[in-house]
Amino acid sequence: MAKRRLVVVGNGMAGARAVEEVLARGGADMFDITMFGAENYGNYNRILLSNILSGVQDSSEIFINPVSWYEENGITLHLGAAVTEIDRASRKVRAENGVTASYDVLLIATGSRAFIPPLDGLNGPDGRIKAGVYGFRTIDDCDGIVATAKASRRAAVIGGGLLGLEAARGLLNHGCEVHLVHIGKHLMEAQLDYPAGAMLRATMQKMGVRIHLEKRTAGILGDDSVTGLAFHDGSTLGCDMVVVAAGIRPNAEIGRSAGLTVERAIVVDNHMRSVDDMNIYVVGECAQHRGKVYGLVAPLWDQAKVFADHVTGTNRDAAYHGSKLATKLKVMGVELASMGLTEPEHEFDEVVQFSEAHRGTYKKLIVREGRLVGGILMGDISKAAYLMQAFDRDSPLPDERLSLLFDLGTPAQKVTLDEMPGEAQVCNCNGVTKAAIGACVAGGRRTAKAVMAATRAGMGCGSCKSLVGEIVTWFCGGAAEEDPSVHYYVPSIPLAKPDLVRAIREHGLKSVSAVFAALAPDGRDDAASKPALASLLITLWDGQYQDERDARFINDRVHANIQKDGTFSVVPEMPGGVTTPAELMRIAEVAVKYDVPLVKLTGGQRIDLVGVTKDDLPRVWADLAMPAGWAWAKSYRTCKSCIGTDYCRFGLGDSMGLAKKIEGRFRGIDSPGKLKLATAGCPRNCSEAMVKDVGAVAVGDDRWEIYIGGAAGSQIRKGDVLCTVTGENAVLQMTGRFMQWYRENAKWKERTHTFVERMGIERVRAVIVEDSDGIADALDAAMEASVASVSDPWLERTARKTENQFASVIPVEA
Amino acid sequence: MGHLRRIGPISQIPQGEGRTFNVDGMKLAVFHTRAGEIFATQAECPHRGGPLADGLVDAHTVVCPLHDRIYDLRTGQGADCAITTYPVEILNGEIHLLKE
Repeated sequence: MAKRRLVVVGNGMAGARAVEEVLARGGADMFDITMFGAENYGNYNRILLSNILSGVQDSSEIFINPVSWYEENGITLHLGAAVTEIDRASRKVRAENGVTASYDVLLIATGSRAFIPPLDGLNGPDGRIKAGVYGFRTIDDCDGIVATAKASRRAAVIGGGLLGLEAARGLLNHGCEVHLVHIGKHLMEAQLDYPAGAMLRATMQKMGVRIHLEKRTAGILGDDSVTGLAFHDGSTLGCDMVVVAAGIRPNAEIGRSAGLTVERAIVVDNHMRSVDDMNIYVVGECAQHRGKVYGLVAPLWDQAKVFADHVTGTNRDAAYHGSKLATKLKVMGVELASMGLTEPEHEFDEVVQFSEAHRGTYKKLIVREGRLVGGILMGDISKAAYLMQAFDRDSPLPDERLSLLFDLGTPAQKVTLDEMPGEAQVCNCNGVTKAAIGACVAGGRRTAKAVMAATRAGMGCGSCKSLVGEIVTWFCGGAAEEDPSVHYYVPSIPLAKPDLVRAIREHGLKSVSAVFAALAPDGRDDAASKPALASLLITLWDGQYQDERDARFINDRVHANIQKDGTFSVVPEMPGGVTTPAELMRIAEVAVKYDVPLVKLTGGQRIDLVGVTKDDLPRVWADLAMPAGWAWAKSYRTCKSCIGTDYCRFGLGDSMGLAKKIEGRFRGIDSPGKLKLATAGCPRNCSEAMVKDVGAVAVGDDRWEIYIGGAAGSQIRKGDVLCTVTGENAVLQMTGRFMQWYRENAKWKERTHTFVERMGIERVRAVIVEDSDGIADALDAAMEASVASVSDPWLERTARKTENQFASVIPVEA
Repeated sequence: MGHLRRIGPISQIPQGEGRTFNVDGMKLAVFHTRAGEIFATQAECPHRGGPLADGLVDAHTVVCPLHDRIYDLRTGQGADCAITTYPVEILNGEIHLLKE
């Protein structure tokens, strides 16, 4: 069967997209395709013209299909050939340049052109548009604007819609003063209401665009070229050039001259076919469907598909039913989403609105019978995807309207808890769902603590604890009972930390058993309270503390970190991640001799021997002949470093040397939570000092910035700068002072990032740096005493602390 | 009638701690509380096999060192699972297991 001839008039986004859709349906075998384009280019993305104007992109970058694409697909392309005549009787088209083509099927996709209103003085003496006046619609327009703008002092843009704003933004980049003249009361009337338009105006003015509202342009001044604008109110504005962005008009004349029905554009049926001629289709901005002419790309894509389905016979029932107008834009760097109405129309239309002018955030939704009929989002469009979908599908909205405007992330609020499905996992460590927490509350446990104990939610890494608390409150209908024990330092003694410290000092309690005997309500010991009390007593009494090993977690009884199979990991000290060949050889020999199953580099720049039996620990330590790395303890752990000044070509401070000094001073200092430190030789922060409990970053001239409260574990937080000090000794002093204050005031297992946030960085600075409380000397002295009382626990290899301390299993004689 | 199986002197277990013993091929966790009582249970936590003898102990409970499961030393009862307990006695400073 012979191929039919498809002729496409118009080579813009609509024409080319329609042909692509035809080709995608095997159209190359059905049609010989001929395309006519008025411009001298392949087809390009007109939306990106504003990028060319602003200089962000080159015109070569915005082509969708280069000329070679037409050849590859066997398409005959006539460029610079605007079609001026359609002979429907003989099915032939003729272009300006005389080229003709016969068709079986014709597609009109001539789009639209810039609307230039009839202004006095618009045309120059030669009858053509005056030099210095431009539309904003084609690559040639852009090239002209850019060339003229470079030589202009002042440019005026007529029109305060999207195109006008983009033109103004682009002109700003070319160094001239930019004025925007708009006839309306506010900018972008098609997409925005008055408050949003006012906010956008403020943003644009800040960027340097001068805006004139409610100004109707009467004429263009100047004889041969532009010298200014005259307005209906009698005022004038001097300028060297004018960009007219007063809207677009469909290129429908070709339809009218061919005898097709044309109202605002060429009228089509649901197959995108002219209502007068079944061999002529029309898509894009020159088509009028059910009274509507669309100027956005999304409707165009839909129309192109319907056309292709129908013309190729893929689906002869394919029908276009119109588009709901929703669009996301970026204007002058402002994110914007707009859909449907901008103002309520009926008495019962409900308006949901939020406005925060100083941040340029504005949100407004118009709801009719529970469904979205209009919306404006400016500044924050995080909810746009959801809302545009709800608008497009006409789907019912949740009753809680607040959640339509905001994505409330963790820590979660009531609105997101309402939305959270029951099967959503709250605690990832222990696999506890929202529903499981609900069941637990229904079972009578009405405090966060009771629910956590029963479900184990929040008992793993602890990062979900606050969320668990909120969910318990939510299930209790906002009336969760607070368990007073949440304020106790340990669960079994009804005292907050400061009161507990006072009581311990008063009674001179130096062992954990003595604390239970004196302060626990019935004098009974409590397993869960023991480690916290031991840690506190060490901090308070240093060398006078009476060490009862049963009060310590297994890690602190055997100075190694227990693993899932009951074996232990051994991490020797390696300050700043610096080691020697001799140490490495000893470590390797130990690993071989004791058949260590895993040798792993830790996150703290050390070497971990994992899977050592309890029985082997003393022998492993002896053979390593290195000090303990304290990798098991709630204590100072380690100090990472980068290369610093020794070899790094960027180093500003000796980070390795400082790390070694820090480790030498603070090793083994007990604390409520572990303390991981780092030093960085320059602000490139290779050792990640800014996300450590304490980090020192060299900034040159022997000066160091001290960061505190950083975290990069289950929580991520950049540390706060405590202060900038001169010299390594000052770093050691400030680090020690902060650590001591943290030891004395933090809750058990409260890491520094939580502690610093709870106290507030200003308060921490006042106490540590400015000595607002007059305790700086006392803190320094207390830390000094603690440092002096620490010894290497791995020396217990030759002096066991308890009976069978390192026996994993004791054989019983028969 | 049951009989007594001698485990060894009570001094093998520091006060407030536990130790794991191998009695005729069976592992047992034996605890010596600060109040001076002795308890014996299965050696491994039913949750993930944690060594219970390494746990923190008070008058009547042990906390598994791996995931903080808590068990009553007298009954073996935990929050969502239980452990087996074994009757033990102290005779002349020596721990004895009561066997069937």
